[in-house]
Amino acid sequence: MSYEKIMQKLGRSYNAGALVNQPISRRRFMKIAGVSGLALGIAPVAVAEGDAEGKKQGLTPLQQPSEFLQIAEDGSITIIVNRLEFGQGSHTGLARVLADELDADWSKVDAKLANAGDAYKDPLFGIQFTGGSTAIAHSFTQYRELGARARAMLLTAAAEKWEVDVSALSTNNGKITGPNGKEAGFGELAVAAMSQPVPEKVELKTPDQFRYIGKGVERLDTRNKSTGQQDFGIDARRPGMKTVLLIRPPWFGGKVESFDASAASSIQGVDQIMKVDLDRDSVGIAVIADGYWQAKMGRDAVKVEWQHVDDIDALPDTTKMAEQFTELLGTDGLKARTSASLDKEVAKTISADFTFPFLAHTPMEPLNALIEMTGSGENTRVDVWTGTQFQTFDQGAVAGVLDVSPAQVTIHTQFAGGGFGRRATPTSDYLADTAKVMKAWTAAGRTEPLKVMWSREDDVRGGYYRPFTMHRASIGLSDDGDVVSWDHTIVAPSILKGTAFEPMLMKDGIDSTATEGVADSAYDLPISVDVHHPVTAVPVLWWRSVGHTHSAFVMETLVEQIARAGGVDAVDFRRKHLAKHPRHLAALDLAVEKSGYGERTLPDNQAWGVAVHESFGSVVAHIVEVSMDGKNPVVHKVTSAIHCNTAVNPRSVEAQIQGAAIMGIGMLLSGAEITLKQGQVQQSNFHNYSLPRMPVVPEIAVYIVPSQDPPTGVGEPGLPPIAPAIANAMLALTGEPVTTLPIQST
Amino acid sequence: MVDFVLNGNAVSVEVDSSTPVLWVLRDELEMTGTKFGCGMAQCGACTVHLEGQAIRSCVTPVSAVAGKQVTTIEQIGAAALGELVQAAWIEHDVPQCGYCQSGQVMSAVALLQSNPNPSEDDIDSFMAGNICRCGTYIRIKAAIRSAAAKLA
Repeated sequence: MSYEKIMQKLGRSYNAGALVNQPISRRRFMKIAGVSGLALGIAPVAVAEGDAEGKKQGLTPLQQPSEFLQIAEDGSITIIVNRLEFGQGSHTGLARVLADELDADWSKVDAKLANAGDAYKDPLFGIQFTGGSTAIAHSFTQYRELGARARAMLLTAAAEKWEVDVSALSTNNGKITGPNGKEAGFGELAVAAMSQPVPEKVELKTPDQFRYIGKGVERLDTRNKSTGQQDFGIDARRPGMKTVLLIRPPWFGGKVESFDASAASSIQGVDQIMKVDLDRDSVGIAVIADGYWQAKMGRDAVKVEWQHVDDIDALPDTTKMAEQFTELLGTDGLKARTSASLDKEVAKTISADFTFPFLAHTPMEPLNALIEMTGSGENTRVDVWTGTQFQTFDQGAVAGVLDVSPAQVTIHTQFAGGGFGRRATPTSDYLADTAKVMKAWTAAGRTEPLKVMWSREDDVRGGYYRPFTMHRASIGLSDDGDVVSWDHTIVAPSILKGTAFEPMLMKDGIDSTATEGVADSAYDLPISVDVHHPVTAVPVLWWRSVGHTHSAFVMETLVEQIARAGGVDAVDFRRKHLAKHPRHLAALDLAVEKSGYGERTLPDNQAWGVAVHESFGSVVAHIVEVSMDGKNPVVHKVTSAIHCNTAVNPRSVEAQIQGAAIMGIGMLLSGAEITLKQGQVQQSNFHNYSLPRMPVVPEIAVYIVPSQDPPTGVGEPGLPPIAPAIANAMLALTGEPVTTLPIQST
Repeated sequence: MVDFVLNGNAVSVEVDSSTPVLWVLRDELEMTGTKFGCGMAQCGACTVHLEGQAIRSCVTPVSAVAGKQVTTIEQIGAAALGELVQAAWIEHDVPQCGYCQSGQVMSAVALLQSNPNPSEDDIDSFMAGNICRCGTYIRIKAAIRSAAAKLA
């Protein structure tokens, strides 16, 4: 089960019984916003094409009314986007999709992010979330239908006004034109359109009729983000608000024994210092002050005694973890895939162990949330301003902590400065913690809004890492190079185990986020996969491209070794064993053609590296040109090809592939790892947790396989194949396979 | 009380003189275009100009800017070079999440101010102090090159 399937199942469970066939009433569809203009809130009638699962379930439309579109009388259009915008560009992309079917004048279109609300739940999964590279893929049909219906309502309004048949009318870039030179802007007809019935069925454009979809465009947020005018969650303010920094235990699950706040309390601007319950049954301290700096000075001055731990050596330690995981590699695990071996003699064996570290997401905007609680009893109202990927769950988590109903909690979705998975926690950790501080604050009789901030150190040491993971493969080859058998074992702490999601989502004890990319590999090779999910005290989470961060590396470097053992070219081998996967072949062939692989000769000190991998419904091939500087690779050029079906905004697709590839290059960098000793995370900030910076970034040329099929994922698929492509070039240059990340350069 | 000149206007703030300029801007003056990323001059998100030089405001105590000129992202576009750089940023559609971009723009302006025709290496080394987790580096570089070309 992929991350995508997991979200789908989650949505179903969450909404058990809620998705029933209800008659569509106009009243439920329409919601008047303000005094004028068209406000339309409708749900898709059709599930996205190609979603076999959805069709099979006969998934009904989400029937909740809400608003997705506002047309003001001056003709300006605001489209409400049901996803978090945290860099991936769906804020522009979904607006573009709706505007195309609406036949809007793009220069008059802007977009806003939706707060938590039923209408904004994913039309396939029934929860409001952003992740798994699904934003465009899942809402493509939904937003097209929204645009088409609004257009139909505008046309009907014009037909009534001009007393002509609707068939005599057409739209053209934000205007409606009729017989005898009649013309009106959408804004002029917005009020009349609002009283029209919402058509149940609308005809959508054929791809050749698209005006915006498929054409590159400047993002709607580019100007604000280039001039410092874009507000993020961290910039939200409320009158009288206080700033909170938390003191978390030095190890996960630790608890305060006692604390001395006398020095801290005397610091000017420090208001309150309180013990608070925090995530994962830990107990910490909240330092509440007028601003960040006062809170930080206060925090630095608090002296805390932590509850004694009897055996400090039993706390998580990555060196010991590697030993324990290695032991597990030699034992039978849960069967994630079984394949029959070929009936051939094994003449040669390729064996390798792989080790991947914990990784922190480190979005540039540190986690934060602003919370305000007003009213009392049944009239209690909670407002939260934050950039989150998980509105539906977070709303419930905040409500749970503060003992109100989810409907009393408004999540104001803010633009987020990156996330990469960190803002989608099954425990809603940073929002539940924020609510816990508010609970303690109100218990102390205080009412001011609180902004809970994370320092970078809090972020790097705060857990929820890409799991520390090991793989072992033992591959038997025949004397003519065929793969006779492939025994594969994965040891990875489960992301889902121990969370509220475990009973619903883990099948036969297997967390597929650990096995994806191997257990479902497209290669026609006899792979058998065992998996172990050891339990550690370190919180783990999905990190951009999730299990594919390690599985693509393992698969693509092993395939390379197999090809070399058989004396077969890297591309030829992949073509042969992916013969039944036309999208893989198309991406690979396009990258080969554009890179000049096999045609162009590289300088003597350089080598080619190839990798291709499918994730989140899309296939990406990277072909790299690499030389060595000591033990480190120097990447000179990357040629990338993606098959993501329809590319709504090709400029954004290019940006996502480049960005994901750079994040993937970062996995190789010396120092790109989180390690623990006696329970304590040894890294703390960007001086000792390496991220890619400009000097290591090569030219990355991105090509898109032309297609008119419904879009598949874009935000993540560019990441998995980059590190193995580089490792494959390193193998060619050094003769040594890379099996441990990051590269240890000293 | 510390006095300095912010974006051309005299300002006076009542804060502990050790308070970093970043928090004076964000919390006292409510100018949030300058971003907090690391608090230890490692990421460049908080870059502002002090007398025309790029500094990391998260580690610069406000006492160090007393009586001096500070320019932030809110005002950099008012000068010709800042406007040119921001126009290049928009032309190349640089930002993704956008959180680091205030700092990137401020660093790029400082680079071109001191070196209007930077080599690839000059760009790499000057911009190495600014992290972009989304990985917009390729477009940042393209925008700097295109701004430099217009200066020539």
